[in-house]
Amino acid sequence: MDLARFLLSLWVHTAPTERVSALDPGDPMILSPNFDPVSAAAGGALIGLAATFLMLSLGRIAGISGIYGGLLRPKAGDTSWRLAFVLGLLGAGAVASLFAPEALAPTASRSLLATVAAGLIVGVGVRVGNGCTSGHGVCGLSRFSRRSLVATLTFMATGIATASLIQIFFGGVA
Amino acid sequence: MKTALLAGATGALFGVGLIVSGMTQADKVVDFLDLANLWDPSLAFVMAGAIAVHLVLYRLVLRRKSPLFAESFGIPTRTDIDGRLVGGAALFGIGWGLGGYCPGPGLVSMTSGASNAIAFVLALTVGMQLFHMYEVHRAGPAEARPTPKPQPSPFPSKESA
Repeated sequence: MDLARFLLSLWVHTAPTERVSALDPGDPMILSPNFDPVSAAAGGALIGLAATFLMLSLGRIAGISGIYGGLLRPKAGDTSWRLAFVLGLLGAGAVASLFAPEALAPTASRSLLATVAAGLIVGVGVRVGNGCTSGHGVCGLSRFSRRSLVATLTFMATGIATASLIQIFFGGVA
Repeated sequence: MKTALLAGATGALFGVGLIVSGMTQADKVVDFLDLANLWDPSLAFVMAGAIAVHLVLYRLVLRRKSPLFAESFGIPTRTDIDGRLVGGAALFGIGWGLGGYCPGPGLVSMTSGASNAIAFVLALTVGMQLFHMYEVHRAGPAEARPTPKPQPSPFPSKESA
């Protein structure tokens, strides 16, 4: 019993003190003060532009999990552009971490243990399902791909279910 | 070399897009997926912005016979919905909601040195590698495998037909 409590304490590292829940009857759905539609849409447009450049120059789909995953199984002549693309992503991050570190802020609501578990699950999931938010969600939906539509609806549903259940049962901390 | 430089610049632009959109702040992703708390709809606006641009420009690009620096467009042609697609996407979503990272923002955020982002990318890499190893194991020894069918030309984009 003590072991179970210890393991649970690793997982739920902060005891929730006050739950803010929009599920209470009568409560309206409240928007987060962080919601910034202009930045979101502008950044999204840049992502769409990058995906277009990759298709125009190299004829490739800008799916991050596919580009990164392909590096783990290198094929002759198919590695340097993947490596360069990933280094470009990291370069953008490095510049941001110098000049605007708050733009890369991790969430305090997820423990290291939960994040490691999440990484493992995402790693398997994106390879089994052939894509993630970029490949299916942006590129696939732009192509009107039926497979990408199904994948996007599926990962949105399970993502929303997971995060919402963490909120409901663990006060939003995992 | 030229293609690597182009790919690097494109990756950087993609990364800047993720940063500007706020998707490298894991809290904003968690707040989008968590409907039981204050809701941040940003992620939907990011996807809408990206799709609005790519939807139009992608079609203009495909009027070309081939890409600028490659022989043909590599566009998926499959249209079947199978359990693997749905199961994989379902798993991905669970991990996404659990950690607040998908692969792109995870990679970009890693450079901040935040332990969560680094741990996510390491675990992501291990997870991908585990699945590769499983696939290789399932396929059996190389000499026993049937020769793969030649890939159809990736050019036709009549996927939705």
